[in-house]
Amino acid sequence: MGAAFDSISFKASLCDGCGDCMTACSEVKQGASRISIVPGAKAGSFETAICRQCGDPKCVQVCPSGALDKDGGNGVIGWDASKCVDCLLCTAGCSYGGIAVDPKVARVAKCDQCDGDPACVKVCPTGALEFRKAGSIFNEYGAKEDLFVPGLSGCQGCNSELIMRHAMRKIGRNSVLATPPGCIPGMGSVGYNGKTGTKVPVFHPLLTNTASMLSGIRRYYDRIGRKDIVVMALAGDGGTSDCGFHAVSGAAERGEKVLYVCVDNEGYMNTGMQRSGTTPYGSWTSTTPVGEHMKGKTQDAKNLPLIMTAHKCRYVATASTGYMEDLYEKLDRAIEASFEGFSYLHIYSPCPTGWRIPSSKVIEACRMSVDSNFNPLWEYTNRSGLRFTHSPDNAYPITEYVKMIGKYRHLSPDQLAHIQAKVDEQVALLKLMAAESPPPQAAHRAPAGSSTPAGAELTQPARREIARN
Amino acid sequence: MPEAKYLLVGSSHAALEALRAIRLVDPDGSMAMLTRDERLPYSPTILPYVVSGRSGSDQVLLRDPAFFTANNCTYVPNAQAVSLDPKAKAVTLASGEVWRYQSLLIASGAAPAIPPVKGLDGVKYHVLRTLADAEGLRAAMGSAKSAVVLGAGLVGLHAAENLAEAGLKVSVVEMQDHVLPGYFDAKASTRIEDAFIKHGVDLKLKRKVVEVSGPAIRVTLDDGGVIEADLLLVATGVRPVTDWLAGSGIAVDKGVVVDEVMRTNVDGVWAAGDVAQATDFASGKPALIGIIPTAVEQGKIAGQGMAGDSYRKDYAGGLPVNTYRFFGRVALSIGRAAATDGVEAVETESGAYRRLVLEGDRLVGYASVDEPFDVGIMGELIRRRVDLSECKDAFLARPVETGRRLMSEQWR
Repeated sequence: MGAAFDSISFKASLCDGCGDCMTACSEVKQGASRISIVPGAKAGSFETAICRQCGDPKCVQVCPSGALDKDGGNGVIGWDASKCVDCLLCTAGCSYGGIAVDPKVARVAKCDQCDGDPACVKVCPTGALEFRKAGSIFNEYGAKEDLFVPGLSGCQGCNSELIMRHAMRKIGRNSVLATPPGCIPGMGSVGYNGKTGTKVPVFHPLLTNTASMLSGIRRYYDRIGRKDIVVMALAGDGGTSDCGFHAVSGAAERGEKVLYVCVDNEGYMNTGMQRSGTTPYGSWTSTTPVGEHMKGKTQDAKNLPLIMTAHKCRYVATASTGYMEDLYEKLDRAIEASFEGFSYLHIYSPCPTGWRIPSSKVIEACRMSVDSNFNPLWEYTNRSGLRFTHSPDNAYPITEYVKMIGKYRHLSPDQLAHIQAKVDEQVALLKLMAAESPPPQAAHRAPAGSSTPAGAELTQPARREIARN
Repeated sequence: MPEAKYLLVGSSHAALEALRAIRLVDPDGSMAMLTRDERLPYSPTILPYVVSGRSGSDQVLLRDPAFFTANNCTYVPNAQAVSLDPKAKAVTLASGEVWRYQSLLIASGAAPAIPPVKGLDGVKYHVLRTLADAEGLRAAMGSAKSAVVLGAGLVGLHAAENLAEAGLKVSVVEMQDHVLPGYFDAKASTRIEDAFIKHGVDLKLKRKVVEVSGPAIRVTLDDGGVIEADLLLVATGVRPVTDWLAGSGIAVDKGVVVDEVMRTNVDGVWAAGDVAQATDFASGKPALIGIIPTAVEQGKIAGQGMAGDSYRKDYAGGLPVNTYRFFGRVALSIGRAAATDGVEAVETESGAYRRLVLEGDRLVGYASVDEPFDVGIMGELIRRRVDLSECKDAFLARPVETGRRLMSEQWR
């Protein structure tokens, strides 16, 4: 109980049916392929049958010989050839064809994830198959100290709570945290009755001055020789893109060594779901209502992370809890960059309450927002330019995303077409920006003549250690 | 007086799943599993493989003592329940010991049904329901040269194959027209029968036994024929073990009557597995479907109910499933695979045999011989009543591929 597992994921929209995965599997396993790619409903589309390594495995439950068992360590459902009596009842237990008869030997065969290095994934030329390691992240960081107190009053299924608990586990105790007005202090980060809701120093700036206050704190720490502190904000999109924007822009322009994390739930959700500058076109909010005449917000969202790239920040990235591995890698780079200059991380955060999404579907919405290019994942440095960290090709149509979300329920075909056009336009622009980028550099160094106070340099690995304390 | 918050009577699939479901919600509540068997849990399905020698008796146990320690469950073997007093919430064992409970699961399974044949109680015969039975049959067949098996159901046929492969001259007597009645249609059964005949097994179909005499086994059939054999196996089906519930007020029909969440008519008492009479998926009517998948499903639902798990779902009804291996070959069936009335049956007979049974655009049954298919996928298509109108041609032509596609789509 409690362990999470890595898994092979299949993204149907990227599969071209080449069958290389099956060939590779057959070769490695010397028998029938454990993954099967079959034609989909539409010409040129494909589906798969592969063991899902279920958490509640029916194949194991119906096995009369004890030959199948789920490994508590890696989550793989293992098959013991010596115990198996070939009764095939397991094939009746599986709803997905994940354990099937290898006709040559008339015994069952199933995926064992090749000891954590699946042969099928390695040969997949389109990226349709991925080995997702979010499970390892949950296991590694779940065991670390949670730097927020238990019992925060977030809504059920709150994605922002997930973001802050993960981010702070990664960033660690050596940090000073600003949480300007928004959901994060609203659910208790700044605490009650004189006690904070975090286990790191936390303060509650105004919506307007978060980045300014962080600048001062960083300069003070630099002055007293504490170069190891991550000075950071967990701020909402309103406090970042609207009323706090001048402070953010100023701090970025000055190159302040700050980690600024914007948790973007596309509006002022804790005060009653009012629109913000990042609320997308067409969204219902309490200030962009849906009725006979008005049909949600009539303006497009501003693309704040793109605006931040124009500040020549040390690091700018977009991230989503739907792609945890990516988020964790970006946190690493963002922390590192925050010792050298302004580091800006924009994390999309679907809001079950304000967007009208069932809490059980929040992560799915996160994932679909990326997979539909509504929120493409990319990163930017002032050295290497912009690069996608998740392919924007073969995206789902935007309708697949908006249909999951209640605040878009009223959208007319015209409005949908408008959103799709804007999404396409945005991706086209990002592709132009990404076209000339060299591959990302492993390490960044402070530019000569930086206007930030130059403290004693720490080596990169040392900083990483500190950051991960 | 020993006491348990959760008392599970029985130790096979249904009880084990109930245990698991309870422990997901309540890790600490006291629990005990009582079984009339002397061993750790095992599955009756494994027994033919113990008879054949493919599996050793000690290798087929489904759980070890460490499992029960880890799950905080007292495992009590040699504990045959003989009566239940729901008012006192107490189960009395043959030893006289009385167990108190808060919630009780009746998962006492089934036992061989012995037909009322003249002379049968006067001779030594074998049955195959426990490990001890399997070990006994294995020992007996070592010295026997011939055997007669009453019943051509799964147990009878498995045993007949074991005996024939061990070199015995085997006869099988079956009342019905075909072997494995109910699971397979005549064409599929004929293929299985041919294999048995090819391996020297004498199949006496449409025959009843009128008298058995001993000590050297002599079986007289209704056509006057006589079979002499060294060994007699009675495999004419099973009946739920409910005798210990007499006088308890628990409603028993063919099995213990349960509602859609496996509750009996008495508060605090659930039933699951071979002993329970739940509903049949196809007809919605009460039915005994004594197979592992239904035991697993029922055990889980009962356990959830006992522990107050709010994620409990109603039992959707049992679907007959049969994965049968004979002489290295494969015969599979699910749902109403032998149905003929009011359904469309699409049969393929060149080479392997395949029979798809549809009602309108929905799959209701599927059987095959010598051609494996994803039984679980077809089961889901039946259970979810998936509309196949968009892909019926593809499904009929390539059922496995199309089934995989459909379930892959359902996953998203």
